[in-house]
Amino acid sequence: MLNLIRFVYMFKSVWAVLAALLIGSVFISIGGSNPLAAYGALFHGAFFEYFGLASTLVKMCPLILTALAFTVPLRCGQFNIGAEGQMYIGALFATTVALYLPKFPSVIHIVLCTVAGAMGGALWVLLPAILKAYYQLNELIITLLMNYVAIDLVSYFVSGPMLEPGAPYPYSREIPESLFLPYILPNTDAHMGVLIAVVLAILLYVVFKRTSLGFSFITVGRNPDAARFAGMPVQGLMVNSFLISGALAGLGGAFEVLGLKYRLFHLFSPGYGFDGIVVAFLGGANFLFIILAAMFLAGLKSGANIMQRAVGVETTAVEAIQGLVIIFVAASLAFRFDRSHWAHILSVRKMIQKKRTEDKQEKDS
Amino acid sequence: MSIASNGLLENRMKYKLVLDHITKTFGALKANDEVSLHARKGSVHAILGENGAGKSTLMNVLYGLYRPDKGCIVLNGREVRIENPGIALDLGIGMVHQNFMLVGRFTAIENTILGTKIKGIHLSLREPRKRLLELSDSFGFEIDLDQPVWKLPVGMQQRVEILKLLYHNVDILILDEPTSVLTPNETQQFFDVILKLKATGKTILLITHKLGEVMTVSDYVTVMRDGRVITEMATSEATTQALARLMIGRDVLFDVTPEQATHGENVLEVKGLCAVNDRGLPALDNVSFEVKAGEILGIAGVDGNGQTELAETIVGLRSLSAGKILVDQVDYTHVSVSERRHRARIGYVPEDRQRRGLALDHTVAQNMMLSSYNKPPFARRGMLHLKEIRHQAEILVRRYDVRLHDVGQPVRELSGGNQQKLIIARELRENLKILIAAQPTKGLDVGAIEFVQNTIVEQRAKGTAVVYISTELEHLLAVCDYISVIFRGHLTPKMSLGETTSEKIGLLMSGGG
Repeated sequence: MLNLIRFVYMFKSVWAVLAALLIGSVFISIGGSNPLAAYGALFHGAFFEYFGLASTLVKMCPLILTALAFTVPLRCGQFNIGAEGQMYIGALFATTVALYLPKFPSVIHIVLCTVAGAMGGALWVLLPAILKAYYQLNELIITLLMNYVAIDLVSYFVSGPMLEPGAPYPYSREIPESLFLPYILPNTDAHMGVLIAVVLAILLYVVFKRTSLGFSFITVGRNPDAARFAGMPVQGLMVNSFLISGALAGLGGAFEVLGLKYRLFHLFSPGYGFDGIVVAFLGGANFLFIILAAMFLAGLKSGANIMQRAVGVETTAVEAIQGLVIIFVAASLAFRFDRSHWAHILSVRKMIQKKRTEDKQEKDS
Repeated sequence: MSIASNGLLENRMKYKLVLDHITKTFGALKANDEVSLHARKGSVHAILGENGAGKSTLMNVLYGLYRPDKGCIVLNGREVRIENPGIALDLGIGMVHQNFMLVGRFTAIENTILGTKIKGIHLSLREPRKRLLELSDSFGFEIDLDQPVWKLPVGMQQRVEILKLLYHNVDILILDEPTSVLTPNETQQFFDVILKLKATGKTILLITHKLGEVMTVSDYVTVMRDGRVITEMATSEATTQALARLMIGRDVLFDVTPEQATHGENVLEVKGLCAVNDRGLPALDNVSFEVKAGEILGIAGVDGNGQTELAETIVGLRSLSAGKILVDQVDYTHVSVSERRHRARIGYVPEDRQRRGLALDHTVAQNMMLSSYNKPPFARRGMLHLKEIRHQAEILVRRYDVRLHDVGQPVRELSGGNQQKLIIARELRENLKILIAAQPTKGLDVGAIEFVQNTIVEQRAKGTAVVYISTELEHLLAVCDYISVIFRGHLTPKMSLGETTSEKIGLLMSGGG
């Protein structure tokens, strides 16, 4: 029985999503549509139609990576809410390597771009990481504010030094076709990035579950004093969790350029860095569940248009639902499985039942 | 003779305060089970019991922090409902907690008027000062009212707490383990204060686990064990031995020094150690000592005299400003924590077990491998060996008789005594050379204390050099070969038990001698 209750708690994100969809259906009904039909269209479009699925996969890639970028430091007790900015710098580095480096064989060049992207992201988080680990400055504020610096920096480069001559608004030249990431679904935008993101998620799952390194990250997250006492290099681990995080976000930025846009646009990300935080919480900070959570949120985004076309519900309804998901997931964080609490309730219930049967037997006899 | 009454109305009128059949449960635990208590006006009523006997729960019920499941509180013959500490204070019930609730940077006056309602916007200290001075003088408190309280000695801070309650016209004072932070001298002065309070008709509820205190100052005593009242009697009719038996439920003998262990070479040598505390103030001043193999050195002292810093410096958690640490003549002064653990084979039972010793959200198994997380047999080439981790944990849990459901359980769910056993199980590895045990018996019940003491003695027999730091002098006297006293960062030379007495040590602990 206790395990059953623990199970119910484990799936609290699912209950949060269902609650959000339920309330969302009220909005859709007020709008004059049948919510079941609308949801049907949305999810069918997002997961069971060829182009819809492709668009879901495209959005999944940055969502998974930014969610991982948020989760790695989180498990180490640190907050990096600067994935958005790290993505931008990653994209900037990847584009620079793609456009200005002499020509290499394409596979090597793609790898170089990807690595550059990851390094760019890591570089962007290095400063807050050091300030946090060695000077106890609040990483939350610094990573948050550095987002805006990064976004403006990219805007500066693409409207100045990297601007394509004659472009109507700020974007860079197109990268050579040899550097485009391979497709996974022919004739769509769906590129390999999402596969790499999924592999990285699984890899991180294994690292955190099965390796000494992962264990030391988690220990620092749960009790840095005990970690220091156990001989773990606490400050180094903190910095490394940030660097891994920045690299993941930077990779997300690089893939947006190499797999989807083929140029660096100003304001190219619709806030994936922040959506990643939602995905991370939706997935309960579990690296495997993050894949599912990203799939859900990406599906919601890509299905919105399909739903509008099919049943005429405004896409803003989906935005409202997204907001509801955030609210309910945040609320669900307040519920933690308390073993002794439930054990007590169960024991009281058992006692009452026993008393009842005894009373009954007494009455019968 | 027992004076426990049946709770009849006329009987209730005799007493200032009656707690009538209070029951309070937490989860499956009955913290208070039909607990009754009868306190008379102008008396000192001790509530005696071990840690976890339910004393604090009972007082928190009285103070309005907990709502009882059953039972009632009768004050001056009238039943009252105390829903929060504010109501308790209005009814004239005040509490001095074990950890003082003072704002360090405020003066005694400011601390006193904290939380009182002020009329208008002007804050005048003149009126409060006059009353406080009167109160302070009438009880002979001799407090400097204008000093920030953090500058005052602990004994004085305690008086500020009491003064605070007197200012609020409290006539029932609950004192929670009031002497645990005091030196022997301060304790004596504290008893004088209690007697003066009693003389003015205040009722004092003294929560304690120290028998001597009960015998010295109390008029009545309620003995609690396992959440129940064992007896309530006049102290004059009790003896120390009888109370001890009632409190513990069996005879206890702290008789664990069977043989003088064989002493070998100097294993740990500390020379001229200086270090600062977390606030950057000097905590250790030129501390030197050495411990031989198979020897237990006890370090006595009142809490906060540098013990924490000393232990942390030796195990490498705190950097030192001067001095040397040698293990087997090898310099370990500037070596990492993990080197000291694994190469010098130092084990450490930290004072703050929940903060330093354990990661509470980790499972039992994870905590058992915490300091060897990247070493065989727990890990090979960076990969954890989950089966082995579980297996090793199960062995240790069985050997040290730790009570739990499963080694996959978070440590948070275990009791304090079992958490301490886990740390000891982990720290006492094979071939341990040095054991630093900092307040290992703090907050444990008698059974667990006996276990800890016995383990330390066993470790000595295996040839480990033990540094045993404690504020409980009796615990040290029971097992140590030598004792040093630490006071304000100074450590006295070590004395063998033959050449010293507990009185002398007590004097040294308060800076005298």
